[in-house]
Amino acid sequence: MEEARVIPLHGADREAARRRRGTTGALGPVPVPEPAATEAAEEAPEVEDAVEPAGWEQRLAELLAFARRRLRGDYEVDEFGFDPDLTDHVLMPPLKPLYEKWFRVETIGLHNVPGEGGALIVANHSGTLPLDATMTAIAIRSEHPKRRHLRMLGADLVFKTPVLGALARKSGQTLACNPDAERLLRSGELVGVWPEGFKGIGKPFKDRYKLQRFGRGGFVSAALNTGVPIIPCSIVGAEEIYPKIGDIKALARLFGFPYFPVTPFFPFLGPLGAIPLPSKWYIEFGEPIRTDVHGAHAADDPMLVFNLTDQVRETIQQTLYRLLTQRRNVFLG
Amino acid sequence: MAPKVVLVTGCSRYLGGHLAARFAANPDIDRVLGVDTEPPSRDLLRRMGRAEFVRADIRNPLIAKVISTAHVDTVVHASVTANPAGPSGRTVMKEMNVIGTMQLLAACQKSPHVRKLVVKSTSAVYGSSSRDPAVFTEDMGPKDLPSSGYAKDAVEVEGYVRGFARRRPDVDVTALRFTNFIGPRIDTVLTRYFALPVVPTVMGYDARVQLLHSEDALAVLERAALHDLPGVYNVGGDGVLMLSQAIRRAGRISLPVPSAAVPTMGRFFRGARLVDFSPDQMRFLNWGRVVDTTLLKEEFGFTPRWTTQQAFDDYVSGRALRPLVDPELVASVERGVLDLAARFR
Repeated sequence: MEEARVIPLHGADREAARRRRGTTGALGPVPVPEPAATEAAEEAPEVEDAVEPAGWEQRLAELLAFARRRLRGDYEVDEFGFDPDLTDHVLMPPLKPLYEKWFRVETIGLHNVPGEGGALIVANHSGTLPLDATMTAIAIRSEHPKRRHLRMLGADLVFKTPVLGALARKSGQTLACNPDAERLLRSGELVGVWPEGFKGIGKPFKDRYKLQRFGRGGFVSAALNTGVPIIPCSIVGAEEIYPKIGDIKALARLFGFPYFPVTPFFPFLGPLGAIPLPSKWYIEFGEPIRTDVHGAHAADDPMLVFNLTDQVRETIQQTLYRLLTQRRNVFLG
Repeated sequence: MAPKVVLVTGCSRYLGGHLAARFAANPDIDRVLGVDTEPPSRDLLRRMGRAEFVRADIRNPLIAKVISTAHVDTVVHASVTANPAGPSGRTVMKEMNVIGTMQLLAACQKSPHVRKLVVKSTSAVYGSSSRDPAVFTEDMGPKDLPSSGYAKDAVEVEGYVRGFARRRPDVDVTALRFTNFIGPRIDTVLTRYFALPVVPTVMGYDARVQLLHSEDALAVLERAALHDLPGVYNVGGDGVLMLSQAIRRAGRISLPVPSAAVPTMGRFFRGARLVDFSPDQMRFLNWGRVVDTTLLKEEFGFTPRWTTQQAFDDYVSGRALRPLVDPELVASVERGVLDLAARFR
């Protein structure tokens, strides 16, 4: 991943600035005095700012460098359309407060996520809107020692939708299909998948924390084909952000959505209802399940695929129950 | 085995013409025949050197006579094109592509001398949709078959080529699925598109674009004709540009158009003879297309010299596209703001 270009603030630029000031001002060809003195003399009213650390200036320089890169198209995008520069500087920062202050996400067992090489994170899906996926990605990006990017596999509906589809690709998502998953895993990426899909995310509130069917186990065959470990991931807290107590089928059909949720606040409170409830979140990464011990054509053995799928599902379900018994309050944790 | 007599179709166009020129410069090849319906430009003709130009229509059975009397042993079918000659040229283009290929293949099948066939196909055969995997390998097919336009032509052409390969197993058939070409001199829909000062894009979509430098395309076609490398290969440069990124790199300004207005926009541009976008190419602007080139590198033995980004930059500098957004201005604004910040320290 390309690092942000840091522009030396105390080097040439500042020197140039001073020189320019020198020629326009009264100083003329007089040798430039000691920097602190110049600043104090010329910017007397701004003296309070001078005590401020240069941090904001550094950030400004980074921001400008980012803007310049974007304007010139001077950045790299991988074959899936993943744009790390945009993800780190534009897409993730506004979600950070949601992660830290609103949901107060607590991660458990991050050491189970490998620092390098391919791995498949399999998690439960809930919350009406896929905020759980986003929060998992932020957790790994900001709290994992290697600050890895999570490459998520999304439903085709996401990619069909204008704006959303383009943003999803730029944030590192790709279509949930075996060729894409295997290609990512083979190139040593960390891939996240939510195999319950719409059945999980759109389930009614009364079914919370009950895992739905795990598709056809396509994610297991992808892991078997590439020999990467499967990391079961259990997310507690996402179920309560939008308690889905109803579903308006007619509106869902009209908009082409898989469901049109009714929560205690949506759509009755309009846009206000779109604010997620501030539940306390726990994201636990379990012990990796190895898949490279089953031989070359293991993915062709449906029984093995079913068994592994069940094992992953059970692990997540048990972890969910354990986390739930430890939780005393939905909002306070 | 090196070919003795080579026939190149579509030699009045950039690829065919330059390919014929390359063969003409190769002393191992005895005779080079270039076929097209209209004569090549004077510049191209000069480049082609000793290559002979045959003014023939490949839709006409006459082509069989050319192939058999000249003892052609290698046929490079480079005339399948996405660029119609004029605003009314779509039907003609389709006929040239599909009927032309049928006639050419019939002629090749008749002639006992033909030993090798190289077909310039396109990665458009994979279609372009939201339900496709991100990267296409050679064994994948389109999710929904394109119903018209160049992509459908290409699918049909490849079908006839497969049929030919079945009927003449002694002939080495190489089908090359090229991504979009770009380069300082080649003229395609895409090079015209990026040369527009304000580039219309589809609102809410950003396509992944993979490009191939025209020089690389020539090198691949040449290698396919000179060596025995039967099979289907994807050909494209390494790396990907987002459509929006490419537009910015060219210093153009993108104009997002709501998807409902895109067909109208397309008609306007075709009417104004600026860019002729067919519906399947407009779909390409929505989602783009990336192909896997592992087979090209490992089995075909060719690694493109230009990456997608380098090829595009070469096109921008070679065409001397004057950026509307001056990079110098951007840099100076950045410096100015930083200077200002330094003042307020």
